[in-house]
Amino acid sequence: MKGLTLEINAAGRPLPTEVNGREALPYRGVGGHRPDGRRAAPRIATCADFPADGDKRVGSIREALEQVGLADGMTVSSHHHLRNGDAVANMVFDAAASLGVKDLMWFPSASFPVHANQIRHLESGVLHHIEGSMNGPLGDYCSQGRMRGLGVLRSHGGRWQAIQDGEVRVDVAVIAAPAADAFGNATGDRGPAACGLLGFALADSMYAEKVVVVTDNMVPFPCIPWQIQGNNVDVVVEVPSIGDPGQIVSGTTRITSSPDRRRIAELAARFCAEAGIMRPGFSFQAGAGGTTGAFAIYLAELMRAAGITARFARGGSNKYLVEMLKDGLVEFILDGQTFDLDGVASMRDDPRHVNTSPFTSYNFHGKGNFASMVDVAVLGATEVDLSFNGNVVTHSDGRLLHGIGGWQNCLAARCAMLLVPSFRDRIPVIVDEVTTLCGPGELIDVVVTERGIAVNPRRKDLLDAVRGTRLPIRPIQDLKTELDRICGVPQSVPRSDEPVAVVKWVDGTVLDTVWKVG
Amino acid sequence: MNPRDMTASVLVAAAAGPSGSDVRSDCRIAYEPGPGPLAVEVTSKVGYLYGEAIDASVHRVAATLGIDRGTVTVTDGGALDWVILARAEACLRLAGAHGPAVLPAPHPEAGAPRQRDRLRRSRLYVPGSQPKLMLSAGLYGADGLILDLEDAVPPAHKDSARLLVRNALIALDWGTAERMVRLNQGERGLEDLRRIAPHNPHVVLLPKVEDPEEVRRAAEVAAEAAPDDPPFLMPILESPLGIHRAFEIAAAHPTVVALTLGLEDLSAELGAPRTEEAVESLLARQTVVYAARAAGVQPIASVYSAIDDEGGLEAYVRRERGLGFDGVGCIHPRQIPVVHRAMAPSETQIERALKVVRAAREAEARGLGAVAVGSKMVDPPVVAQAFRTVALAVAAGELAADWDREATP
Repeated sequence: MKGLTLEINAAGRPLPTEVNGREALPYRGVGGHRPDGRRAAPRIATCADFPADGDKRVGSIREALEQVGLADGMTVSSHHHLRNGDAVANMVFDAAASLGVKDLMWFPSASFPVHANQIRHLESGVLHHIEGSMNGPLGDYCSQGRMRGLGVLRSHGGRWQAIQDGEVRVDVAVIAAPAADAFGNATGDRGPAACGLLGFALADSMYAEKVVVVTDNMVPFPCIPWQIQGNNVDVVVEVPSIGDPGQIVSGTTRITSSPDRRRIAELAARFCAEAGIMRPGFSFQAGAGGTTGAFAIYLAELMRAAGITARFARGGSNKYLVEMLKDGLVEFILDGQTFDLDGVASMRDDPRHVNTSPFTSYNFHGKGNFASMVDVAVLGATEVDLSFNGNVVTHSDGRLLHGIGGWQNCLAARCAMLLVPSFRDRIPVIVDEVTTLCGPGELIDVVVTERGIAVNPRRKDLLDAVRGTRLPIRPIQDLKTELDRICGVPQSVPRSDEPVAVVKWVDGTVLDTVWKVG
Repeated sequence: MNPRDMTASVLVAAAAGPSGSDVRSDCRIAYEPGPGPLAVEVTSKVGYLYGEAIDASVHRVAATLGIDRGTVTVTDGGALDWVILARAEACLRLAGAHGPAVLPAPHPEAGAPRQRDRLRRSRLYVPGSQPKLMLSAGLYGADGLILDLEDAVPPAHKDSARLLVRNALIALDWGTAERMVRLNQGERGLEDLRRIAPHNPHVVLLPKVEDPEEVRRAAEVAAEAAPDDPPFLMPILESPLGIHRAFEIAAAHPTVVALTLGLEDLSAELGAPRTEEAVESLLARQTVVYAARAAGVQPIASVYSAIDDEGGLEAYVRRERGLGFDGVGCIHPRQIPVVHRAMAPSETQIERALKVVRAAREAEARGLGAVAVGSKMVDPPVVAQAFRTVALAVAAGELAADWDREATP
């Protein structure tokens, strides 16, 4: 790539010295980067510019974008509360295209396959590049080096940090709201497109220059509760539908039927019990689906049998976590997003089910956050290496596959566990070196596979705690050797020297680079 | 004419393995005859990691079977090497090639010795044509793992499955499970046996046995195929006639280690639909227990097919155990812990058994012929049952494996 200069960070990973026109700070180790300066802030507004009756409605998204002065080169943010059911982000860029605006940066909190719509806007020049998770068709588009700028992948906490620190200045935030009033107060916990909470949009509502609320469920003032404060909102738009409820949350969560995933989840839960992590008043973060979702079910069984209750659980919430709350196994759910209708209803109706934001849960540039106060967090990964480094964003061929989500932030837990199959269709998950570094091995304590549990040698306390139990504890090298025998030793995968994206660490430094594939 | 020309002249197009875009951990291999030198075309989602290895494996099979012309097409969804070898060998044999078996690298435990007396509480059935389901099957702790060539394999996939199961016997991780294979019925089953017997199956299940002669014939074939170490046999009784001749079948050959029954086919032939209470099969089940015990082999019960009904399974296992069965079949891994729990003896049973076992050891140490607990004499079958109960308790984790350490300071 012309004019590209690379440097090496503290993890030994090469990174471009400049990312989308800004100097890139290389990763300096966990806790190694000290921020200075003051938080960013939007311009001061005045009530003189807003209707005294509080009615900020305009007729369409296009009108709203005109009113907030959308112009070439601006940054437009949106949020993934509506997941693959989201219709709003697509409507926004379709409207921007109709206004003839060019070179926008899209700054979503995450993207989903439904957002493949934006490929045509990238092609036509309406969009310049995307900073946010990319998977499916958008991931392929970026991986193939077809995007003009570099992708920037941030954790949920890192996204808050980037906005708060002024690293990303959001010009226009568009917030899809399942319920809102004409003043702009908005909530996610009710309405036909109810998604639970709007925490991912909170930073944008506070720091963006202009804020647009889009709803299909206009209620008379006041919209109670307000998760987004109308005092931060410029305009409100009513549309027939903000999304497809069937794709926003699932009607009901079903536990995985895969025997391997269930085995991994059960081993992880037993590890927590045997290692003494599961003790009265402990806390945990479970995932919502697949293996990490099943973990909560096995943990609940063990807690019930041992008569142990947890002080709080961090969500992703679903039916099973809600059941634990109702059964008294968990005293509070501090929830970041709800994954099914039981989660939505519980958050709305049960005061012990509290909505949180990336600020309270994950932001690294704050005065502490919840993630590091959690006793155990269970997470997935695409790869983990012999130094316990984890990859969650790329496939082993280097293609972008997932966003980081809260993954990096959750590594701060007292015990961070990766629940992974040892291989997937011959592709080893335990490897010599991760394709893309997303989480430093010093923060990853335990790797649970169907073939055994590897404990990070740094965690002698955990190794001592589980010695002599029936758990299949094995050195990670041992698992790797077995995989080499089962799958065969893989060919080395050549990588290109053309960056397509960077992975940020929770403090805004660059941890690794994603390279062009095929 | 040299033999290679002869082979080449009769080759036809053939294919083995599943097709479709959602194939995972398996592959489809097709052969198209042609005049040009052998071409191998690989499309694989793991090509960037294993493309060279896949190509090498297919060439190895082709070379061993003397194929040097035509085109082999591999459409791979992440199949392991032993699966690719089996699919390639099946494809080229179907195409008309002949030659020696092409075997994968053996798993370190492939030679695990078989044991006549062992726990057979649970046996997990895995379809012999679905490698994806085999890969972790050894991890779930079943006492036995059965790769099924019979009912679980559609007729069109029988040839390919036979080689897949043969290779699985060599390369698969069976964990601590007893290595079992269910054959097809009749001549096809005997051919299955010839191919797999040399690769250390511990137990071979013979479906729908109605005549002790079938057992003897299978034992003969097994002994020819693996003269040094023929597998044990486990006849399955699935018809009124089989049940009627249960004892003769159980006692037909010394390599028989267990006797079981299949209730689906049996109830169809009886004209007595299966009920929850299973009164219609009570006589059959009891007959199997009596015949097996009389012949000195283990009676093993049928499977419980409602996977989601844990309570039902537990009640079923307790009921069958109550009739005298030593184990049941499982069709899903999650049934295994339930079965083991339900097969575990109660605390009172364990205590009583420990008393008898301790008394028996003491009697042996003192050179006494009779065993006494307190002032009461204990008969040999009771002593044998006590040893079984203790073994079950240890296996179920109800009793420490070194429970007897106290006795030997």
